[in-house]
Amino acid sequence: MEHKEQYSRRSFLKISGLLAAFAAVPSSVKAFYQDVKQYLIPKKNVSRLTLNINKTSHTLYVDTRTTLLDLVREQLNLTGSKKGCDHGQCGACTVHINGERALSCLTLASMSQGKEITTIEGLANGKELHPMQKAFIECDGFQCGYCTPGQIMSAVACVNEGHTGSVEEIKEYMSGNLCRCGAYNGIVQSIQKVAAQ
Amino acid sequence: MRPFNFEKVNSAPEALALKSAKSQYISGGTNLVDLMKKNITQPEALIDVTSAISNSVEKKNTKLTIGAMASNNKVAKDNYVLDKFPLISKSILAGASPQIRNMASSAGNLLQRTRCPYFYDITTPCNKRKPNSGCSAIDGGNRMSAIAGYNDQCVAVHPSDFCISLAALDATVTAVIPDNKEIVIPFKDFHKLPETTPWLDNHLPKDAIITKIDVAENRFNKNYSYVKVRDRTSYAFALVSVAAALDLNGKKINDVRLASGGVAHKPWRWYDAEEFLKGKSATEDNFVEAAKLATKDLKPLSENAYKIQMLEGAIVTALQDCLNQ
Repeated sequence: MEHKEQYSRRSFLKISGLLAAFAAVPSSVKAFYQDVKQYLIPKKNVSRLTLNINKTSHTLYVDTRTTLLDLVREQLNLTGSKKGCDHGQCGACTVHINGERALSCLTLASMSQGKEITTIEGLANGKELHPMQKAFIECDGFQCGYCTPGQIMSAVACVNEGHTGSVEEIKEYMSGNLCRCGAYNGIVQSIQKVAAQ
Repeated sequence: MRPFNFEKVNSAPEALALKSAKSQYISGGTNLVDLMKKNITQPEALIDVTSAISNSVEKKNTKLTIGAMASNNKVAKDNYVLDKFPLISKSILAGASPQIRNMASSAGNLLQRTRCPYFYDITTPCNKRKPNSGCSAIDGGNRMSAIAGYNDQCVAVHPSDFCISLAALDATVTAVIPDNKEIVIPFKDFHKLPETTPWLDNHLPKDAIITKIDVAENRFNKNYSYVKVRDRTSYAFALVSVAAALDLNGKKINDVRLASGGVAHKPWRWYDAEEFLKGKSATEDNFVEAAKLATKDLKPLSENAYKIQMLEGAIVTALQDCLNQ
């Protein structure tokens, strides 16, 4: 027996009834959705922070979950610091906190108040590049450039700490910064060059 | 990451008063923030204790006192540590990266979680992450897992290097517990084996805060060594590591300490090998004998039998290194 597709009076009433019911619910569904969301997804906490970044004081409203990296990139548009792994394994997000190198991806912005933070954007003196930035250009210390801001911040700290006695020492103290292009030799040369100045 | 409240406190009692089952203390954040990003830990509140507890590294009488908030790097480059406890400095510098050593606190180093890959993969069973869900590593990828002290509940290893030297030098851990009483835990009893509660890494009472780590001056500051074998030369966790220290009288071994990382759920002391070496001559033959004694009863898992021979070699190398200081 052949079944022909057809609309009966019965199916018309069923479908239009259902559609009318759907049209009536949005507000209650929406409220229900909000209730469920509130229960399942806790409300975000926003706090007011004042941070000293590159010698400028910034007052911002920040979700407590925000890392220092996300704050400088997304809220201050300082996109020099890079998000490589976001788990503290690659060093692309390296900044200086109170003069010491640190990973901004594992630092909560909420814990950075009252500290002096320097990102790659704060390294140059006006238009005059930092000696390490110049050395990276002169020694081919990079290829694609993604890890470079982190490498330079770490390299500056490496020189300040005095860990430039040998190629081995430099490599050991730069091991927290990965470079997938493999520009390591140029990076080591850049550091040696600045250390000798 | 789950939204959370953030509170900064200025004293340990204040921190203890705020602490609930759903909140966590934070100091360096190098492990905790990562665990929160991966939804392995989901505290409803963080209590920042960095201003609540000392970060000083001090000589007190004939004891080294490390404030719980002292960064790993601060401890490693401290002059008193370098002079009297160089093994501690050497072990710290073998771990993590310069950035992480600047951030991570000493107490946080003790409390860091394992790096077992299944602990980090929330789609797999793991007794340490989810009690009684099973152990994925025991019949899975276990080349980095334990060769000593494990059971069918958990084969994870403690990832620290710092702790290996603290175990070797019989440090003590001081903490304040919720009624503001101070407790002291000998280092060997601080971390625990998986037993029936693999989700607990240590014997620190619930909600307690570590305030300091003490190490008494000793005669292990002349002949010491920390050998760490890993997949790459730097910035990698240990496959096996050995902290060795000898107290020598000429060629005779008065006293010896041997501890290892990467082999068990807690920093592991080789007590039998230490006993064997005491009173003997510091010769390669005795070192080889001691290494054999340490490794003779170890039972590897499906993928980490290589660790036994590696460990034997690392023990001999570390003991030989002690003589070349």
